[in-house]
Amino acid sequence: MMTAPAALAVEDLRTEFRIAGTWRSAVRGVSFGLARNETLALVGESGCGKSVTALSIMGLVQPPLGRVAGGRILLEGQEVAGLPEKQWEKLRGDRIGMIFQEPMTSLNPVMTVGDQVAEALVIHKGLSRAAALEKARALFEEVKIPSAATRLREYPHQFSGGMRQRVMIAMALACEPAVLLADEPTTALDVTIQAQVLGLLADLRERHGMAVLFITHNLGVVAQIADRVAVMYAGQIVEEGPVANIFAAPAHPYTRALFAAIPRLDQPHQALSAIPGRVPPLDAMPVGCAFASRCPEKRAGCEAPQVLAHVGAAHRARCHVATGATAFEAAGAAVQDTR
Amino acid sequence: MIWFVAKRLLAAVPTLLAVLTVVFIIVRIVPGDPALVILGDQATAEAAAALRTRLGLDQPMWVQYWTFVSNALTGNFGASLVTGRPILEEVGAVLPHTIDLTLASMVLGVVVGVPVGIWAALHRNGAIDVAARLLSLLGLSFPVFVSGIYLLLLFGLYWRLFPVIGNADLSDFGDRLHKVVLPAVALGLTMAAYITRVTRSAMLHSLGEDYIRTARAKGVPWRRVVWVHGLRNASLPVVTVVGLYVGILIGNSVLTEIVFNRPGLGKIIVGALNQRDYAMLQGLMVIYCFLIVVVNLVTDLLYGVMDPRVKQA
Ligand SMILES: Nc1ncnc2c1ncn2[C@@H]1O[C@H](COP(=O)(O)OP(=O)(O)OP(=O)(O)O)[C@@H](O)[C@H]1O
Ligand code: SF4
Ligand SMILES: [Mg+2]
Repeated sequence: MMTAPAALAVEDLRTEFRIAGTWRSAVRGVSFGLARNETLALVGESGCGKSVTALSIMGLVQPPLGRVAGGRILLEGQEVAGLPEKQWEKLRGDRIGMIFQEPMTSLNPVMTVGDQVAEALVIHKGLSRAAALEKARALFEEVKIPSAATRLREYPHQFSGGMRQRVMIAMALACEPAVLLADEPTTALDVTIQAQVLGLLADLRERHGMAVLFITHNLGVVAQIADRVAVMYAGQIVEEGPVANIFAAPAHPYTRALFAAIPRLDQPHQALSAIPGRVPPLDAMPVGCAFASRCPEKRAGCEAPQVLAHVGAAHRARCHVATGATAFEAAGAAVQDTR
Repeated sequence: MIWFVAKRLLAAVPTLLAVLTVVFIIVRIVPGDPALVILGDQATAEAAAALRTRLGLDQPMWVQYWTFVSNALTGNFGASLVTGRPILEEVGAVLPHTIDLTLASMVLGVVVGVPVGIWAALHRNGAIDVAARLLSLLGLSFPVFVSGIYLLLLFGLYWRLFPVIGNADLSDFGDRLHKVVLPAVALGLTMAAYITRVTRSAMLHSLGEDYIRTARAKGVPWRRVVWVHGLRNASLPVVTVVGLYVGILIGNSVLTEIVFNRPGLGKIIVGALNQRDYAMLQGLMVIYCFLIVVVNLVTDLLYGVMDPRVKQA
């Protein structure tokens, strides 16, 4: 093989939780690739499996609560799904980092932020505490925390939400990971701070050449930060493609519904059109299209399993109406799903 | 830090004053003339009047209050009506025994309760967890006078490992330790049971928090996640409960001292009650409350050191 392996490749990932004694799939065959210096936005409503996908990639979905039941996760070409915990610990925070949504609760309240950032450096790089703190100071400067040297010795409660999120970013970046998973890193912040943090992330990705999986339920921020978009619904990717294509011509009825639900700033008093209906619960997933119960374009053929098929060169959707996928392909998908 | 300590010390002053005021009022609303209670119904009017003068009970209320408070704050609790010796001296002679018992029970409660609680939390619903929960229920439902008597029978009389009479020579550390073991076990086991439960739930709570997920996402080894990130946070509620429980220990030591026939505050209290030593009781009440205020102060300070969020408040 001549080409360098993708920073992250996920193939047919299947993650299950035990609900009332039965294993139910929360992530149902998700596949995507992510190159260095690329940002893929993972978009979808609450509960569609975005966080579970990210936590699975981090190896943080573990029995007895849940399990990665199938698929492959390749981190810089290395198969990591099913690695023993000891080896996972070596990769987490070093080759792959993660930022979480809740900046208020994601930092340890009784440890200085400096020590929390330094911790990863001590563990993975074998630095002394003093050297790690010195590096942490440089990281604070890089994420633009003012008076880095003094703030290092402070505790999370002394920081604002946006500053805490910068601490989280510094922490995730400390060991220069190849892959950064950002799970709604700006959702809890107000709009101006959100824009600053997004700008910072884009800047850092550029500088370190990271691969970024940016999770959000807000299509509005996607255009600002992502190269490609994957839209998730009920544990599956239902549409995937370059940002420009998806914004210009969303193919899947669910993606179109998401666009309709974006509050538009130029029309201030417009009612927010949330998508009517609910995501099917994990223990009542239909065999056919999971969006069928809410889809305005539902018709014959929707009750069959849907495949991700091309609507353009790099643009795919999981809807036979949008793609004209044949019953034969759908049958192939059914075989895959029961595998 | 100094400022924080000073503030806490200052905050203890109103508590102390409130304690003194409550004791003052309690003693005075008890029905009956203290002089007659002390001297008995057959006392002559002159004798009663003389005693009232000696106790200062013929003074106006506010003078009595002022004398009481200012004396108490300077450590002067008056003299025992029975022995005539200063109360502080009587108490001081036996206080080390009570402190030995309280401290030993506390150490036992913490040294047993905290590790077992952590263990139970880490093996939630496993055999160890279930066993720990059953044992702690057992520990909590055994009153000191029952467990104490069993301990005495087994280790004092049957195996003769520990003495049955607990009057230790205060100048001999080994003797003090030897004699405090059985009563401390009796008193401390209940605390251990309680601390086990508190530690278990605090640990489970802390391990479910978002910052634990963050630590794991950094690649912190699980052992360190538990002992550094989990325990540091879980220890905050544990410290609070230990502080509160030490107050309970001081109170429960009364019963333990009687069962194990140890000198201490408990025995003095029973003596004073029997002999209607009203001055002694008043002094003891204040001293008990002072001890608890001190324990709370120490807990508060410790908490302030451990939780960075407190200092600012
Ligand atoms: N520990 C768990 N046990 C059982 N079910 C779980 C668990 N964690 C997640 N789930 C289920 O998995 C599904 C996907 O959840 P996930 O947290 O990935 O959603 P999400 O897309 O991140 O939503 P949000 O936008 O609210 O963060 C949900 O149905 C959720 O109930
Ligand atoms: S498959 Fe049918 S129900 Fe599903 S999105 Fe397409 S049109 Fe709607
Ligand atoms: Mg989520």
